Amino acid sequence: METQQLTISQARADLKANKYTAVELAQAYLDTIKDKDGDIHGYLEVYDDVIAQAEDAQKKIDAGEDLPLLGIPIAVKDNILIQGRIASAASKMLEKYTAVYDATAITKLKEAGAVFLGRTNMDEFAMGGSTENSAYGPTKNPHDLERVPGGSSGGSAAVVAADEALASIGSDTGGSIRQPASFCGCVGLKPTYGRVSRYGLMAMGSSLDQIGPFTKTVTDAEILYDVLKGQDERDSTSIADDTYEKPKEPKVIGVPRDILRSDGIEKEVLENFEEALTKLEESGYEIKDISLPNSAYALSVYYIIMPAEVSSNMARYDGVKFGLRSEGEDLQDVYKKTRAKGLGAEVKRRIMLGTYVLSTGYYDAYYGKALAVRRLIQEDFKKAFESVDVIAMPTTPNPAFKIGEKTEDPIQMYLEDIFTVPANIAGIPGISVPSGFVSVEGKELPLGLQLLATHGSEESLFAVSKKFLGE
Amino acid sequence: MIEKKDVEHLAELSRLEFSDTEIEKFQKDLGSILEYVDQVKEVSASIDLEPTVGDVHNVLRPGEDAHQDGEHQKEIVGEFPEQEDGYLKVKKILN
Repeated sequence: METQQLTISQARADLKANKYTAVELAQAYLDTIKDKDGDIHGYLEVYDDVIAQAEDAQKKIDAGEDLPLLGIPIAVKDNILIQGRIASAASKMLEKYTAVYDATAITKLKEAGAVFLGRTNMDEFAMGGSTENSAYGPTKNPHDLERVPGGSSGGSAAVVAADEALASIGSDTGGSIRQPASFCGCVGLKPTYGRVSRYGLMAMGSSLDQIGPFTKTVTDAEILYDVLKGQDERDSTSIADDTYEKPKEPKVIGVPRDILRSDGIEKEVLENFEEALTKLEESGYEIKDISLPNSAYALSVYYIIMPAEVSSNMARYDGVKFGLRSEGEDLQDVYKKTRAKGLGAEVKRRIMLGTYVLSTGYYDAYYGKALAVRRLIQEDFKKAFESVDVIAMPTTPNPAFKIGEKTEDPIQMYLEDIFTVPANIAGIPGISVPSGFVSVEGKELPLGLQLLATHGSEESLFAVSKKFLGE
Repeated sequence: MIEKKDVEHLAELSRLEFSDTEIEKFQKDLGSILEYVDQVKEVSASIDLEPTVGDVHNVLRPGEDAHQDGEHQKEIVGEFPEQEDGYLKVKKILN
């Protein structure tokens, strides 16, 4: 069975028309996984009951049920809980942790009829931009096995790109959906902050985290988004359908020229971006230069606020109630030994950094200041969206880099997020869509176009990116 | 610049333990990250806006507790590293 060109919408139509069964569809993906995942390592676990799940879905199809994802095989990032299954966040800390309940996103996917293939590799606790911080070894980019797939949701991006899943879900705190989508050549959406419930998503940066889909097409991303979204009484930060105004049809696209002049953006990326703008202009959009003056500080703000939240959120991994426990002389010693053993270097780095910026004497200079600048960045976007409907920029400053290339210098790795963090800082939605390829050392590496809209305006992102991709 | 004793103090506050080589590495890494994020200090000090999470909704809302008593109790107890009769066992806290 050929799945390379398959989309969720096509597969749903085929299943309804009995062209093949949900079991045959699931088996096709299991075959590809068997064939390719030894090289790619996108999965940490492929579930042993995939066929049984597909049989259940087929029974419903036979009974005439019509659900948006009925029989659709998807993969789930390892930091989202599925009851009764291991959820490790790619950490030794939770190597044997079995989720005690379903995340709301999972409940919704189950209600929509999805078949879960397995859990995907990631940077430990979603901290990183390459999956090299996984305690279980890195995922490889399907376009070049010597390169990273991006991160932190690198496994979720790689399995969609390698045709090892029809779609997947991940989480995005500073670009962890959009950057790997760009590196792997798929569509990745970070919804508006609060649009998708985070109940059952392991918290990293609580004022930034958001769950979203990876797909091959924008239409598929919209299908998954429609399933995932919605207010949830178990996530107080989740928002209602009418929290924000519905957007009007997008006509004007803004280009923040000031950000594009930052150091370290590769020439090919800028060229590809200009081509994308031409294409958008030819599709009938007005392109307008805008300014986001404080976005230059977004990365600094992010690397203060995020670690501060990380240091608080990671306090729960102390060896007491669940996960790894190392023996020690007293309780204090248990905490330290457990955390020293169970957590990786990047997680520790962020806990230490967060503890520093929140500590007496530094709180005002770092955390307080970062919150104030965060407000300025939000004001910049608000002002920009008065005159444009959507903002366009590259998703990443470069195509996928080589495994090991940036692991020694945390700052180099952090600079990867330069175009993606502003959306999380402001809480607005962002999408990355494939914008072509660049030839590097004989390999064709994908690049991505990022589109941003104001709060609650995912529809504008879908409309523009569908036109861009000709859907 | 951040000093070795500062890193050791942070490790203590963070409930982490490091070898001497690790401490040195963290001293270097934290130093360069702090040097980078110091950029926020360039932004005009005359910000009179209240620090806020702004349009990021409800982060500080004192929401009602949506969790129900006893839900998933068996599974949660099942995840305890050590338990006795449904009670969580920990090391002594006081000497």
